[in-house]
Amino acid sequence: MSSALELRRGTYRDSVSLMQVSRSVAAVDGVTKALVAMATELNVGLLAGMGFETPDGAGPNDLIVAIRADDEDTLRRAREVLEEALVLSTGGGTGIGSAAGVPPRTIRTAANATPGASLALVSVPGPHAFAEAMDALEAGLDVLIFSDNVPVEQEIRLKDAGRERGLLVMGPDCGTAMVGGVGLGFANSVRPGPIGLVAASGTGSQELMCLLHAAGSGVSHCLGVGGRDLSEAVGARSTLQALAMLDADPATELIVVVSKPPADSVAAEVERYAATLSTPVQLAFLGQGRDDLTAAATKALAAIGHPGVQDRVWRPDAARATRTGALRGLFCGGTLCDEAMIIAADRLGPIASNIPLRADWALPADLRAAGHLMIDFGDDGLTAGRPHPMIDPSLRLERLAEELADPACAVLLLDVVLGHGAHADPAADLAEVLRAAGPNAPTVLISLCGTDLDPQDLESQARTLTAAGAEVHLSNAEAARRAVAIVEGLDA
Amino acid sequence: MSAPNPNGGSLLTRDPSVVTVGAELLADALAAQAVPVTAVDWRPPLPGTADALATVLADARREAANRVAIERVLASTPHLVDVKPASEALGLRAGQFRHAGPPIDWARASGPMKGALIGAVLFEGLANSPEAAEKFLAEGHAELDSCHHHHAVGPMAGVVSPSMWMFELEDTTHGTRAWCSLNEGLGKVLRYGAYGPEVIDRLRWMSAVLGPLLRTAVRAGEAIDIRAIIAQMLQMGDEGHNRNRAGTLMLLRELLPNMIDSGAPTSDIAEAARFVGGNDHFFLNLDMPACKLAMDAGRDVPGSSLVVAMARNGTDFGIQVSGTGDRWYTGPAEVPDGLYLGAYGPDDANPDIGDSAITETAGIGGFAMAAAPAIVRFIGGEVDDALAATRRMYEITLAENPAYQIPVLDFRGTPTGIDVTKVARTGILPQINTGIAGKVAGTGQVGAGLVTPPADCFVAAIRALAEAAPPLG
Repeated sequence: MSSALELRRGTYRDSVSLMQVSRSVAAVDGVTKALVAMATELNVGLLAGMGFETPDGAGPNDLIVAIRADDEDTLRRAREVLEEALVLSTGGGTGIGSAAGVPPRTIRTAANATPGASLALVSVPGPHAFAEAMDALEAGLDVLIFSDNVPVEQEIRLKDAGRERGLLVMGPDCGTAMVGGVGLGFANSVRPGPIGLVAASGTGSQELMCLLHAAGSGVSHCLGVGGRDLSEAVGARSTLQALAMLDADPATELIVVVSKPPADSVAAEVERYAATLSTPVQLAFLGQGRDDLTAAATKALAAIGHPGVQDRVWRPDAARATRTGALRGLFCGGTLCDEAMIIAADRLGPIASNIPLRADWALPADLRAAGHLMIDFGDDGLTAGRPHPMIDPSLRLERLAEELADPACAVLLLDVVLGHGAHADPAADLAEVLRAAGPNAPTVLISLCGTDLDPQDLESQARTLTAAGAEVHLSNAEAARRAVAIVEGLDA
Repeated sequence: MSAPNPNGGSLLTRDPSVVTVGAELLADALAAQAVPVTAVDWRPPLPGTADALATVLADARREAANRVAIERVLASTPHLVDVKPASEALGLRAGQFRHAGPPIDWARASGPMKGALIGAVLFEGLANSPEAAEKFLAEGHAELDSCHHHHAVGPMAGVVSPSMWMFELEDTTHGTRAWCSLNEGLGKVLRYGAYGPEVIDRLRWMSAVLGPLLRTAVRAGEAIDIRAIIAQMLQMGDEGHNRNRAGTLMLLRELLPNMIDSGAPTSDIAEAARFVGGNDHFFLNLDMPACKLAMDAGRDVPGSSLVVAMARNGTDFGIQVSGTGDRWYTGPAEVPDGLYLGAYGPDDANPDIGDSAITETAGIGGFAMAAAPAIVRFIGGEVDDALAATRRMYEITLAENPAYQIPVLDFRGTPTGIDVTKVARTGILPQINTGIAGKVAGTGQVGAGLVTPPADCFVAAIRALAEAAPPLG
């Protein structure tokens, strides 16, 4: 056994790039452990977990390289792979020292160097997002804040500063937007059309857009506002601005607001304001006893005189025998998880979760429970210091393997989200785990959020999943209903 | 809440062009859609500043306060109006001394600071020998204070005593004045901590002959526009800190006719002209008070994160910030990285010293390195390094000075007005060009090179600004 531990001071790379580097190094035959990461608190913890000592004075600006391999020769090969991967992760180009190629270090500088810059996309770690977003506003840019873990008082300050300048702040925790046909963050490719979205929910708007596209309609713009915009504290600051913008947009014939049910006062304010607009507004507030996303899409289509949504189902190549037992949902998308829980709880009762419908249904910190449970792997609590599960599926894949081996589990329900920004081939990793499951594995249902225009291609992703034994639905709500039917022993 | 107006921007009508900061993958996703993307090379802020940064950046006063402060800095118009002894200029009395950097006492003073004070005590006739001078100082008979506290600046040790002559500059826009001593030349000189007989003799000649002659010449003509000379020297290969050759000759061109007309003995005029023309740094003591006037104009704007002074006393590096008055934020001064004279080496070097970093504070010196590629050799660098250094300083500054332009950067204005928030955000520290003093009192200059302030100064400053800002939420 050979190991190497190295600290490279002042070498900063973003966590997603380093994850890819770590993966390349770990993939070298004979490497048992590999961590290439910035020395953040979380990563130093991981390092200790791997049995390495923390180098003295390691800070978040320093790069840790820790590799454990079978022998010296393997270690040497791993180091070669490391250096190659690190070079690739900088995107090549001219060196920092060269006069012409000095990359901008702040948004302001980048905006000054880019005539026509219109929008900033901020995805730095949450504690640092405010500074970047404020810089963007002061540089005159609209801003999308993908980062989560941003304090609410900072959100309010940013939205007020944006409003004073006539600029829109999308987020924080805004996973999805589409402006002028360009997807920002996690975004599916859909055809242009008459429906404009204002979305406080990233995956909720993705699902809606995919369903509208599948029905043959399309979307003008999707303006994300961040998951907290309709809270009492934030008071729909960005939602009202986005409504005004879409009302002024000639391509938008109908506006749909997608959100969890807001506080009553906020809902009333949004309704009151929507009534003053010349464009009709449909409020799709998702929750118990309300329309699910599929029903909301059908309603929106009806409003513009378009036929409604049909679920698409891809059957598994070899169907497994169904059984009753626990329903286990493992999600990347918070709204998709929420929607599935609402549908399931209606029939099955309590669903334990890290984003529970009721406080007394909360999962303990270890995320274990005997009965029905659903986990949102994209929740703030599980993404601090690591990439979103749509980018880095490892945490969910580990749990999937466990659930597949659990005889108490009757049905596994998962979402797979395609589109720009998401993993290049999410079905492949999932299929690998599914194929490794034993013959007594539970039924696997997948809600596939994507379109035929997405870079991953909807059809080929569905085929990969069905070949591995999963049943695939386009509609998340229909996948959830099917899961409930199996658990209840009603599938025929 | 009232209904908002439709967005004043044009988000929905323009083709997006996106600036990204953070995950490269999201920038790649945009590039894959053929969208123009400019990616920021982001790094975490200086450790321990994230919360304070958010508070300061959220301060609604900041943007306007910084605009007001920097506009005042850029509007400053320094003119040389007089030359006079420090007793008149600063009202210094016997036993009073001014020095560079934040306040310091004898016990904590470094070698060159002690050497310069010993020399000044000897020069003023307060002691007969270096040993007696040291005793005089150690026993606390001298009253020490920072030049910066008295509208003055001094290079290196920056020691000023009542009999030394000073340039008097007036900012004709703001009606303010600033002072700086006359430059002694290089090598064994008081400001580098030397106090031998040749140092004291030179100071005597400067007070007896050079000062009065310069006064006559300055008073005989119009006030000399120092900003105009700085603007020209930047186009002639000077950066105004470690290279002042063109500036010195332009000053001499202004003064020499009036010196000749003064009726003083021609031997004195010739010696003065030889002394000024032969000292490439003579003009440093004019661009420093010019920069001091500019930065003083930016002082005391509540909410402003503009750095108004960077100064070193050989022990501490200190900065002052517009929004927090006269408070100093200090950290240990670092040893510059540079080239050494003769057999001297890094072991002989004293930590960074002098008020001359006022030039960088005002956007010249190290910030205008691109204008002076000749001196990039101080760090064994290449011309590209000079260009990169100046470009990097645009990241931490509030404005570009339209009066001071850099030809090789297409006449872009020099990066001016360090913003504490930008330093904290980027971790980019101001680049300072500097001379290096020997650490043993009496040695003099041992080299010249580049240095940065300790990051601690900026961490302390951003925290103080956060304390002075209204709480968020």
